Amino acid sequence: MQTLRLNIMERIEVLKTYKIFIGGQFPRTESGRYYPLKLKNNMTVNVSLSSRKDFRNSVTAARSAFSGWSARAAFNRGQILYRIAEMLEGRKEQFLEELKQLGYTAVNAKKEIEQSIDRLVYYAGWCDKYQQMHSAVNPVATSHFNFSVPEPMGVVAIMADESTALLGLISVVAPCIAGGNTCIVLASENKPTCAITFAEVLATSDVPGGVVNILTGNRKELHSHFSSHMDVNAIINCNSEKDFNKTIGENASLNVKRVYTWNKNWSDEKEQGPYFITDLQEIKTTWHPIENIGISGIKY
Amino acid sequence: MAKKETKNLEFFTDWKYAPSPEATDHIQLKKQYDLFINGKFVKPTSGKYYDTINPATEEKIASIADANEKDVDIAVKAAKNAYDKVWSKMPAKERAKYIFRIARLIQERARELSVIETLNGGKAIRESRDVDIPLAANHFFYYAGWADKLEYAFPNRNPKSLGVAGQIIPWNFPLLMAAWKIAPALATGNTVVLKPAETTPLTCLKLAEIIQESGLPDGVVNIVTGFGPTGAAIVNHPLVNKIAFTGSTNVGKWIQKSIAGTDKKLTLELGGKAANIIFEDAPINQAVEGIINGIFFNQGHVCCAGSRLFVQESVADEVIKKLKDRLETLIVGDPLDKNTDIGAINSKMQLNKINEYLKIGVNDGADMYQSSCSIPKKGFFVRPTLFLNTSQSHRISQEEIFGPVLAIQTFRTVEEVIEKANNIPYGLSAGVWTDKGSRIFNMTSKLRAGVVWANTYNKFDPTSPFGGYKESGFGREGGLHGLMPYLKF
Repeated sequence: MQTLRLNIMERIEVLKTYKIFIGGQFPRTESGRYYPLKLKNNMTVNVSLSSRKDFRNSVTAARSAFSGWSARAAFNRGQILYRIAEMLEGRKEQFLEELKQLGYTAVNAKKEIEQSIDRLVYYAGWCDKYQQMHSAVNPVATSHFNFSVPEPMGVVAIMADESTALLGLISVVAPCIAGGNTCIVLASENKPTCAITFAEVLATSDVPGGVVNILTGNRKELHSHFSSHMDVNAIINCNSEKDFNKTIGENASLNVKRVYTWNKNWSDEKEQGPYFITDLQEIKTTWHPIENIGISGIKY
Repeated sequence: MAKKETKNLEFFTDWKYAPSPEATDHIQLKKQYDLFINGKFVKPTSGKYYDTINPATEEKIASIADANEKDVDIAVKAAKNAYDKVWSKMPAKERAKYIFRIARLIQERARELSVIETLNGGKAIRESRDVDIPLAANHFFYYAGWADKLEYAFPNRNPKSLGVAGQIIPWNFPLLMAAWKIAPALATGNTVVLKPAETTPLTCLKLAEIIQESGLPDGVVNIVTGFGPTGAAIVNHPLVNKIAFTGSTNVGKWIQKSIAGTDKKLTLELGGKAANIIFEDAPINQAVEGIINGIFFNQGHVCCAGSRLFVQESVADEVIKKLKDRLETLIVGDPLDKNTDIGAINSKMQLNKINEYLKIGVNDGADMYQSSCSIPKKGFFVRPTLFLNTSQSHRISQEEIFGPVLAIQTFRTVEEVIEKANNIPYGLSAGVWTDKGSRIFNMTSKLRAGVVWANTYNKFDPTSPFGGYKESGFGREGGLHGLMPYLKF
């Protein structure tokens, strides 16, 4: 009797429905499908099983966000990435709990969240610096001012690292958007909850809607759609799936997508750097004539 | 084709701006400021203080500690200790986080800092609010990001910090110059002893409070206030590894001489006498705005001010007429008023210097033209001034006045203007106004100056290196290049 009474008096926790993140909104998948994910506390989460249509909607959102995001001052993008880090730091406890529910030990959960925050700060710093290292004024032999600068590729489709809940995703999304691209990310299939909570962080960090779109679902189903879409400029798979990667590579040739397989150990600090940004940049060279009058004036 | 008549502007109407003063009730200032050494505010060993005033009212704002050699010694030793024990050992990415914190705290307190900058320095609130303070925060933000990326900036060179940086800054952009100095020094792993200018210490002392709030380890940044001898003590201290100075060319030369034969590394950002060059095909209205901004921004207290105007003969009449009209619309007065264009001259000493140059200009035979505006009776003010019919040999065309005084010459050919623009000991900056892109790049390659603005003027950004040629100093501040003066390879 005693125990029963206590249970009646206990406050019942409100559970969250995990959605997906498209164009700054949080819909469930248009397909209505789900896949169950059992957490360590024995609760089950019904994760959205995103469809081809969800992906196509995400590409539309990413493309329409691209012109605004890429035109932001590099400094402003840096401020926004730093803001994401601030928001993530503020929600650290929530992520620690979620990571533990996904099977992380307390120590590993702490490491995962802290490295994720630090990686965002790291790439926040790069936003207005990679250009200075990868641009050039080219000393052409004719009388021309000739310079080359990086510019973002456009819309990037990403299939995030399966083995990590947060760090792998952030390690790819951060350099992608730091360089002015927009993206669609497929979260880890078995650890999807943190990615969606991270979407809530993005939604409150002044990141314009559509710059990052996050889907949950099945790589086997979606990899061919990710790679065949004609309005996607680059595709990254962070998993070493030989047969998927063959299909991805073949589909990518339809519109000459840039293809990367970034199967990395993201907890290694060596797996960060400006080359993750510049891999998603084009180089533009401009020629401009220089008139040539007044040599004597430089004798001073 | 008949020449288009430019209409005369009329100024006799009753159009007036209503006063629009910035509120000052939200700022927090103490009556007395001590030295910021080893993370604490400490009294000067001599017990001596001096008054800092508001140049717009000549009223005292606060008492400021006057640091002597002994105080500087304590500060340098604190910086050395912090360097050896903490700062040089801290992982770079953690160092970065402190600098990001400082950037954020400046952003959060931007309005307060703007008001204090205007109260203590005399500059128009519009400028301290929209230029000085945001740029200072951005500078910290930019260099914070470099702290853990230095090996990318200098591949294969394993860049290392120097140790203690002694930094001496001027009164024209007090907080911004502190940011230009402190941010790259910290990002590269050095510790700092900084001396603000004697007339404008307040925002630097507020920065000291911000640094305290940020939790930056004690002794990493030390701020000592005082006069010339305080600066000299920093320059000559044997434990200082690096001197960064912004100020007059004369003092810069003295510093270079003082440290001769030592291993101290040196950056000098000195005076200037920039040529602002208007070609006949320039968009004239924009050029006139550019000339005005170039010389009257911050009362002309700008080392890169466009203080020499070169106008191509064919458009000289039109440009000068428009310039005179524009001069008449400038609002001179209360720096705290948001409509004010030209605030107070920073100090009595500077006011005297400017007035002296006005006399010299007239005596040398140039034609002086001033705005008819009234200026406040109290405080240090001067009317914006043009000198017409000046020649290359006039002292007002050769020497840095550091006030709202523009010396105007005309020219006929590209060759001639390059020759005239370069024929001066300075080489900090220049401006070019033309519609022709190929001419811009010809000018940027021929002008012997560290910064050339084309169809714009007085633009600054943390990513953009700034610094001079010739007697305008050496080393660059800002951008990737701004890291180099604080590193050894």
